[in-house]
Amino acid sequence: MTDAAAIELRGISKAFGPVQANKDISMSVKRGTIHGIVGENGAGKSTLMSILYGFYKADRGEIFINGQKTEIPDSQAAIRAGIGMVHQHFKLVENFTVVENVILGAEDGAMLNPSIAKARRTLKELSEEYGLKVDPDAIIEDLSVGHQQRVEILKQLYRHADILILDEPTGVLTPAEADQLFRILERLREEGKTIVLITHKLREIMEITDTVSVMRRGEMTNTVATASTSPAELAEMMVGRKVLLRVEKSPAKPGDVMLKVDDLRVVRDGVERLKGVSLHVRAGEILGIAGVAGNGQTELLEVLGGMIPATGGTVTVRNEQIDVSGKHSNGQTRRARGIGHVPEDRQDEGLIMPFEAWENTAFGYHKDPKYNHGMLMDNAAIKADCADKMERYDVRPPNPRLPARNFSGGNQQKIVVAREMDRAPDILLVGQPTRGVDIGAIEFIHKEILRLRDEGKAILLVSVELDEIMGLSDRIAVMFDGKIMGERLPSETNENELGLLMAGVTETRVGGAA
Amino acid sequence: MDKMPKWADVILIPLISVLLALIVSGLVVLIIGENPIEAMQIMVRGAFGSAYGWGYTLYYATNFIFTGLAVAVAFHARLFNIGGEGQAALGGLGVAIVLLSFGWPHWTIALLAAILGAALFGAAWAAVPAYLQAKRGSHIVITTIMFNFIASALLVYLLVNVFRVPGSMAPESARFAEAVHLPSAAEFAGFLGFGGSTPLNFAFFVALVCCVLVWILIWRTRLGYEIRAFGHSETAAVYAGINPTRIIMITMLISGGLSGMMAINVVMGEAERLVLDFTEGAGFVGIAVALMGRSHPVGVVLAALLFGALYQGGAELQFEMPAVSREMIVVIQALVIMFTGALDNMVRMPMEKIFLSIRRSRESGSQSPAE
Repeated sequence: MTDAAAIELRGISKAFGPVQANKDISMSVKRGTIHGIVGENGAGKSTLMSILYGFYKADRGEIFINGQKTEIPDSQAAIRAGIGMVHQHFKLVENFTVVENVILGAEDGAMLNPSIAKARRTLKELSEEYGLKVDPDAIIEDLSVGHQQRVEILKQLYRHADILILDEPTGVLTPAEADQLFRILERLREEGKTIVLITHKLREIMEITDTVSVMRRGEMTNTVATASTSPAELAEMMVGRKVLLRVEKSPAKPGDVMLKVDDLRVVRDGVERLKGVSLHVRAGEILGIAGVAGNGQTELLEVLGGMIPATGGTVTVRNEQIDVSGKHSNGQTRRARGIGHVPEDRQDEGLIMPFEAWENTAFGYHKDPKYNHGMLMDNAAIKADCADKMERYDVRPPNPRLPARNFSGGNQQKIVVAREMDRAPDILLVGQPTRGVDIGAIEFIHKEILRLRDEGKAILLVSVELDEIMGLSDRIAVMFDGKIMGERLPSETNENELGLLMAGVTETRVGGAA
Repeated sequence: MDKMPKWADVILIPLISVLLALIVSGLVVLIIGENPIEAMQIMVRGAFGSAYGWGYTLYYATNFIFTGLAVAVAFHARLFNIGGEGQAALGGLGVAIVLLSFGWPHWTIALLAAILGAALFGAAWAAVPAYLQAKRGSHIVITTIMFNFIASALLVYLLVNVFRVPGSMAPESARFAEAVHLPSAAEFAGFLGFGGSTPLNFAFFVALVCCVLVWILIWRTRLGYEIRAFGHSETAAVYAGINPTRIIMITMLISGGLSGMMAINVVMGEAERLVLDFTEGAGFVGIAVALMGRSHPVGVVLAALLFGALYQGGAELQFEMPAVSREMIVVIQALVIMFTGALDNMVRMPMEKIFLSIRRSRESGSQSPAE
C-alpha cells in the first residue's frame, strides 16, 4: 500500500475542438513528495490539473489515486478522493470570516453554529499541526494575500485533502511570503501530504520540488528528479531548444532626463493608490519598478499613459510639464508626445481581441496620417504595415487577417510590442512585458527593450517578476502601498533586500548605504 | 481558428432559426385546427405573390431597415438602444414640424429638410439617455425604454392639443402640402405593376443609402473603428486614447437619428400627416432585425425583408383564414423574433459542435489513421 503512488495518470488525452490540450499523458507522483509541473502557457498544465480535479472529463485515460482506479466526474468526487486545489485566483468570499469560508460548502446541517464551533476546533488543530497561523475570525478582505492563500490551504485540509494541487501559487506573493509558503509546503510534505505545484518559475521548482515533469504542446516530455537537473536544462526541455535565461546587456549610457515625475497622486474609487510618487528616467536607461502586484504600479503606468487622471503632482517630459489631470490628458496626447505604452494587460488593454491583427496594428495610432486617406482609413496601408511588422518582429503565424485572440500569448504580445516600439518613442512605458509569454518570446522581447534603450530611449519598466527587473533594469525603484520605498542599483542589491522593500520594510540591516 | 465558417454563421444559423420558428408556428396553427402548410402558402403568396404584396412587404421592410440599422450601430458600441419606438415617434414630430412650417417648393428639398428634422429629433431623444449613460452610468436599456413611454405620451399631448386640426375629432396633424408628396412606387415603378394604393415610396431608397453610409461609417472611418473598439473593450479604448463619453454620445445620436428617419417612410411617404402610434412596434422589431442581421447592413436588409414579409403575409393570413386571429399573427412574429434573437445560442452551440467534429474527423482522416 505504501508503495502505491498517490496519483497515477495513464494515457490521459483531452481535446478542445481542434486543439489537443493533453496528449496521452502518463504521470506518477509518489506519496509524501512535492511534484512540480512546468511548461509554457498553453502547454496543457492547467487542463491536466482540471481533469484531475474534475472540471473536465478526459477523452481517454485512467486516473489512479492511492492505487485505486478513480472516476472524477466533478470536484465533489475529487474532494472525496482526497484531492484539494488552491487556485491562482482565490475562491474566497471576501466579506466572510476565515472560519465561514472554511465551512462554506462543508456545513454539517441547516444551522450554522454547530458547524462553526466544530470548524473552529479543527482549524486550531490544523494550524498547529502545519504551522498555518490564521485568525479564524478575521474577515478575508482584511487579510494579506499570503494569509488568504493560507485560508485556501486550510480549506482543503479541512476537507481532508491528502493531495494538494497549487496553481501558480507565488504569482501574487512577495518573495518573503513565497518563502513562508514553501516552509508550509515542506511541513505538509513531512506530514505525508502529496503536493503538485504548477508554476512557470524555474527557480521555485529547483528550490522546493522533489521531482518535476515538463510539459510541451500538450505532451509530457520529461519527468526527472529535481536534484539531477538545472534551470537551463528545464528551460530547454520546455521550449525544445536552447534559450538564454538572462539577456546579455552592455552598461547603460544615460543621457538627459526625459521623464520626470513629481509627487504624483491618484485617488481611485475613494482609495489613494499613488501617494506622492517621484522618479525620473533618463534617455538610454531602463528604470525598473519592482513590487508586488497591486501596490500602485498599475496606476502609475495608467496615469503616465493617459488612461486615468492624476489627482495631484506633475509630470515633465523633456523639461515640459504635461497635462495629467485635465481635458487633454489621454492616450492620444501621450502618443503625440512620443510616449509609447506596452500595457500590463494585453488582452484587456493592448489589443482588441476580436479585431484582426492589422486592425490592432493601428490601435491608438489610428489617426496617424499614414493610416488614413482623407475621411476614410487606408486599410490597405495598415495591412501592409502589419505584414511588415509581423515579419520583422517574428509574429507567428504572419497573417494580418487573423483575429488577435487566435494568436498565442507570446505572439499577441509581439503584436503590441511591434506597434509600440517600432515608432521608436522617446519614452516607453512597459508593463509586465512577458506575463503569460513563452520563454522563446521572452528572450525576443527583452532584446527589443534593450535595443531601444541602446538607441537612447528612456524606458520605464514595471514587472512583478523580480528576475526580469534585476535582469533588465539599470536602476530599480521598489513600490509599496503607492509609494516608492527606495531605489537601488541592480549590481548593489539582491533579492532579499528588494523583497524587504517590496514588503514595506525600509530599514536595511545589510549594509544600508546612507 | 474560428469555430465555424463564415457562411454558416451569417446564413445557415439564421436560416435554421427561422425554420424552427416556422415549425413551431405551424404547430400552433395545427392546434387551432387549421392547415399549417396552407397557412404558410397564404403568407408567402401574400408577401411576395403580387406587386401589391411586394409593395407592402418592402414598405414594412423600409421601416425595419431604419430601426434595424439604428440598433445595429449602437450594438457596435455595445449599447443596447431599445428606444427605437420613442426616437422614431420624435422623428415623426420633426418631420411634421419641418413640413408644416414652410411652404416647400419641391419634394426633393422638402425630403432633405425632413430627413434633417427626423434625424435631429430622433437623435435629440436618444441624447438624454446617452448622456445619462456616459456621465452617470444609468443603464441605457432602462432609460431608452422609459423614454419610449415619454415619447408616446408627448405625441398624444401634442397631437391632441397642438397639431389637431380645429374642428376635427382625430388626433392627427393637418395633411402635408401636395408639393412635398414623396413619389410612390406607383409613380416611379408603376411599370412593375405597383398600384396606387401601394404604400411603398421613395423612402425605400433613402433606407438603402443609409445602409451604404452605415457600412462606410462602421468599417471604413476612424469613428467606426473607435466605435467598434469601444464596443469590444472599454479599457482598451481608453488605453488607445478614445474618449468613452464621446463615443457613447455620438453613437447614440447616430442611432437615434436613424430611428427617427423611419418617419420619412411612414409620416412623409405614406400617411402624409402625423398620426398617433405610427411606429407600430417597428422600433422593437429593429432589435430582432439587428440581431438576426448580425449588425451588418446587408444582414439588416435581409432580416428587414423577412420581417416585412411576416408583417404583410400575416395580414393576408388573417384576412384569408379567419380562425387565425390578429393575435395569432403576433404570436408567429414573436416566435421568429424569439428564435432568431433570444434563442440564437440554442442553434449556434450545436452547430459549432457539428462543425468542429466535421473538421476534426476530416483532420484525423487526412493524417495517419490514428488509433
